Amino acid sequence: MPESFQLIISLLDSTIRIATPLIFCAMAGIFSERSGIIDIGLEGKMLLSAFVAATATFLTGSPILGLFAAILASCGASFIHGFACITNRGDQVISGLAINILASGLTITLGIALFSRGGQTPPLASEQRFMPIEFPFLDEMSYVPVLGDLFVEVISGHNILVYLSVLAVFFTYYVIFKTRFGLRLRAVGEKPEAVDTAGISVIKLRYQSILIAGMLCGLAGAYLSIAHGAGFGREMSAGKGYIALAAMIFGKWNPIPTLFACLLFGFLEALGVRLEGVELMWIGEVPVQVMQALPYVLTVVLLAGFIGKARAPGAIGVPYSKEG
Amino acid sequence: MKNIENKEGSETIESLPSSTKLAIELKNITKRFGHVVANSDVNLKVSTGTIHGIVGENGAGKSTLMNILFGLYKPDSGMIFLNGQAVDVNSPEKSIALGIGMVHQHFMLVPTFTVLENAMLGNEGSMFLQSGEEFALDRLRGLSENYGLDVDFEAIISETPVGMQQRVEILKALNRGAKILILDEPTGVLTPQETIGLFDILRSLREQGVTIVLITHKLKEIMSITDTVSVMRGGKVVANFSTEKTSPEELAENMVGRKVLLSIKKPTLKVGNPVLEVKNVSHESKDGVNVLKDISFDLRQGEILGIAGVAGNGQSELLDILSGIETLQRGQITVNDKTILPYQDWNSKKAREFGVAHVPEDRHKRGLVLPFYNYENSILGYHRNEEYSSGFLMDKRKIFNFVDDLVENFDVRPRSSSISSSKLSGGNQQKLVLAREIESNPKILLVGQPTRGVDIGAIERIYEDLMKLKSKGTAILLVSVELDEIMSLSDRIIVMNQGSIVGETNSSDATELDLGKMMSGLEKV
Repeated sequence: MPESFQLIISLLDSTIRIATPLIFCAMAGIFSERSGIIDIGLEGKMLLSAFVAATATFLTGSPILGLFAAILASCGASFIHGFACITNRGDQVISGLAINILASGLTITLGIALFSRGGQTPPLASEQRFMPIEFPFLDEMSYVPVLGDLFVEVISGHNILVYLSVLAVFFTYYVIFKTRFGLRLRAVGEKPEAVDTAGISVIKLRYQSILIAGMLCGLAGAYLSIAHGAGFGREMSAGKGYIALAAMIFGKWNPIPTLFACLLFGFLEALGVRLEGVELMWIGEVPVQVMQALPYVLTVVLLAGFIGKARAPGAIGVPYSKEG
Repeated sequence: MKNIENKEGSETIESLPSSTKLAIELKNITKRFGHVVANSDVNLKVSTGTIHGIVGENGAGKSTLMNILFGLYKPDSGMIFLNGQAVDVNSPEKSIALGIGMVHQHFMLVPTFTVLENAMLGNEGSMFLQSGEEFALDRLRGLSENYGLDVDFEAIISETPVGMQQRVEILKALNRGAKILILDEPTGVLTPQETIGLFDILRSLREQGVTIVLITHKLKEIMSITDTVSVMRGGKVVANFSTEKTSPEELAENMVGRKVLLSIKKPTLKVGNPVLEVKNVSHESKDGVNVLKDISFDLRQGEILGIAGVAGNGQSELLDILSGIETLQRGQITVNDKTILPYQDWNSKKAREFGVAHVPEDRHKRGLVLPFYNYENSILGYHRNEEYSSGFLMDKRKIFNFVDDLVENFDVRPRSSSISSSKLSGGNQQKLVLAREIESNPKILLVGQPTRGVDIGAIERIYEDLMKLKSKGTAILLVSVELDEIMSLSDRIIVMNQGSIVGETNSSDATELDLGKMMSGLEKV
């Protein structure tokens, strides 16, 4: 295999690993924002559930239980968000930011209190994590040129959550565009009055949507600490929630384009890691911060002119009130 | 007032044949919002299979009452009976289940959805859209044919005309099995032709046993389609009539609580020289749509020129350009012998200097800064005048003197200079804006929708003020979607459709039907 091909293969492989939490979070964002609730708290929910996943797994020894605990914790945060801005009609951005700040402080405080490791959780053994799954026929496939390598190196050999994230995209697409629930969810995000006067509860519908968002964020968090990583580290979400948000806007609140946006951002990050300390022709060594900033810069630039206007759901950010 | 109170319930409703069943009966409904009593001890009876009108001015409590019946608001006290049964309508879900449908003044449609998706929302027929759509389409097609509700099920709502949007709303209600249909100001956005179409639909619904409650402030419509009518004022039902036994004058008197003059005396005046000449003005909106196409007209001294048209056919853009809010892109405007060319320095400050005053269509957005006090709002745009400022600072004493006179002379209530304009009623806000612009002694007055959301009492006053201004020789350009208003105020009428002038006529020759045809773009004159 030529070296450049090898490089591309390994770049694609890390793209997928990096994109997985973005995909979960972006789908969570779609559910929430399509129903009219801004979800800037993706980051906090992911961080919180990463911590809970690692802690619960360490304490019980079971990653499955850890995963459920993570989902529960993330849904709890979603519920707080909902109570603040659906029930009490608070400001959705403020509430989301509060969740982010809460998660950032709480995970460190609890981590130190429980494990006295400076905010980290103890490392998990491999049987306590979701480990890579090897596909059958790997040996046979490895003889097939190009496609075989893609199959062996890129498609196969990820943990179950990676595959689940792809399923999550199709799940999101199907639910939002093909079911009654999805029709109502989109309606409530565009024009809640229409839903209310059709005899459907706006509040119930929005709670349902953000709880689904909570579940998906829980999966993202669990991926970070008990699948991709082997334990929780302080601030391990590192802005992925915001990148996911950018990907969602980039993908115009549509699951399939959003998936590609997540993959693109994942690829840029993988590229950034790869280019660290590498001398490039004409340019020289690119500071790592430039690569890290790329997804944001790209979002702004592309949204500003190249992909046309991204139209947010009509009623996003506006608390619903019947009496004016 | 006594004679009116006596009429309540006695003359008409009780005298209905005893065989007539009541579809709706409201007893002693009271609803407060904070300290405001929106409905006070309201009683209402509507017989099955009739069209019942509810008239009243803005803020009389009509919409609140219907929203209570539809379950959107909870009454503080009172009882609701449907077909003789006491019911507890505490949510739209409940009211829909009880067979009530409502077409709101502002349509409750999702703009990004198709007609079909909107019509089926809430009654999808299946968990999954594909089977649900087939099921719903089948039923909706049937309803559509049965009642003459012509719609295109594939079209996206935001791209359909308002007339169709309204038919979708009616379909939506019928799809939920509505036997009682409430329509809140349904004709506000329709052309005369569309209104006729709507009334045909309502009649065919009535024939098939549907009970209809029609809320409106247009007395003509009440007279033409309803069987019975209730008048609301100040949150109360003040009179009930059988439509054939009443007259528009009697209804208006009950709405306002005093005699009103519905007709306007036009001062006869020889029109003078043109003060505003618009030549070949075209305009492209930010989205690249040609909103004005080759507009030319003259406006003369002492003349009122009415621009008729369904909202959104370029009238607003024309006003924006003439008042200096928008840049002139193509064509030429001559104001008092001064010519403005495309992309020349032309703005609202300049317009005022040239003697152009402007009463904007949307007084909340452009006419007033709502939280400001009356004294601040009444010099808005003229605040640079030396009268009100001594160099750098505003001269409050002079402003107050001016404003105290202003609210007195133009009957702005309450007569206070230092009350926030947001606390005034729509009619009084409009009087304040009009007063400000008239007091600047303009050569040309541009007026957009002068009576939108304004009660009859204030309308009377506004018309009077406009006529007074006209007799002083000011040229007035009147843009309104209210055809009656255009016809009774203007000397000359031009009709706009899709950015073009499609017709011109003297108001003495104009008939509503002809204008309606031009407005809908069916006929060019």
